This record gives sequence, C-alpha cells and structure tokens, in this order.
Amino acid sequence: MAILHTINKSPFDKGSLDACVRLAVKGSSVLFIEDGVYGAMKGTAKSGVVEGAKGDLSFYVLGPDLKARGIDEDKLIDGVTVVDYDGFVKLTVDNDKVQAWL
Amino acid sequence: MSDIKKFMYVNRKAPYGTIYAWESLEVVLIGAAFEQDVSLAFIDDGVYQLVKGQNTKELGIKNFSPTYTALGDYDIKKIYVEKESLEARGLTVEDLMPLKWEDENEDYAEKDSIHVVPAKELAGILDDSDVLLNF
Repeated sequence: MAILHTINKSPFDKGSLDACVRLAVKGSSVLFIEDGVYGAMKGTAKSGVVEGAKGDLSFYVLGPDLKARGIDEDKLIDGVTVVDYDGFVKLTVDNDKVQAWL
Repeated sequence: MSDIKKFMYVNRKAPYGTIYAWESLEVVLIGAAFEQDVSLAFIDDGVYQLVKGQNTKELGIKNFSPTYTALGDYDIKKIYVEKESLEARGLTVEDLMPLKWEDENEDYAEKDSIHVVPAKELAGILDDSDVLLNF
C-alpha cells in the first residue's frame, strides 16, 4: 500500500527527515512542506539524506512554501520535483494513506 | 463485511514536554473502544514514553504512564518499539515497562505486548496499516 510521507519540520531542528528515510519502504513518495522544505536544498549539512535516498524514494517539495522562504528552484537537490497545491492534492489521492512526520 | 481497519498510532515525542504523548494515549483508548485493530509504534523520542519508573509527583501533573499497562485489557497487544531509536538513547527493553496481554486461548497466559523491531521491519508494518495517526 503506497504511502505519501509529509515532512513539515526543518531537518536542522528535528529528526523528521531522518526518521522518514529510515522508515519509508522503497517506492514511497516524500513531500516537503512548511519548514520541511529546507530539507530539499542542496549543499547543506543535511543534503546527503535526500541524495542517498532518492534512488529508492520520490521526493517532492511544495512550491508556495519555497517561494515564501525565498528559495529558488535552482537551489534544490537534483531530482526533487516542485509541486503546487493541485500537485499536493494529486499526490494525496494517488497514495493510499499519508504519514505525517511531525 | 468487516469494518475493522488497521489503525497505527505513531508516537515520536517524549512524554511531558508536550501534550502529544498523553493525547495519543487518549485517542488510542477511544479507537480500542470502537473495536478497531490497534497497533502502536514508538519511534525517536517516543520511546521515552514507555520508560519505567516515571514519577511526576514533584511536577504536580498526572503521571499517565500506568495507563500503558492497561492497554492489554483493551486487547492492544501490538506495541512496536523501533530498535534503532532505543539503542540511540542507550536504552534496552529492560528499561521499559513490561507491558503484557492475556491470551484467552492459552488459559490467560501473560504475553509481552512490546516488540522491539528494526527500522526495516517497522517500515513494512507501517506500510501494511490502513490508517496512520501521528503524535
């Protein structure tokens, strides 16, 4: 059963991203929202978490939350897909359930 | 047709700093009263919720940890603790409350409710659930 994982905390503040990557089965989708979007940026001390998992998991980031924080899309880790609110809804309905890593 | 769903309660916060742990326990008991298939997972700081010997007397707030020992009476016997989280905090299953349930098919023999499982196995258990509730 497919799971959409959401991460809404900065990886520098909370272990949500680490726990998600540790506990998501291969083929799952992961969406960064709110302060979670910092976890999708390249060149940070935490970039390796997504870099190391992107072969097994599909990563998405919510565009409005990027814009609000002044993060350009060219700052994102390669392979992370930007979605809008409609994309968020689509991810939700395309999966059986949502696991929110608070 | 069965309306029973597999509910998984994911607990990732330590017990007294925030209200998450207590709220989770309340919702777990409600779910059990509606005869759903209930499982609990304790991950990250959530493992601290199950540590034995909690005493909140000097804080002047309720020590809700004894409630976990009653979960067996509500037929909640699938309590999963992530091995990696436990080890990262220098804890073993001996540091946790001995949660039990009684197997009526085996003359009410007491059995352990706590299952310490590695992340990879727990990932499969989460995947197999119908509903995930996070605290």
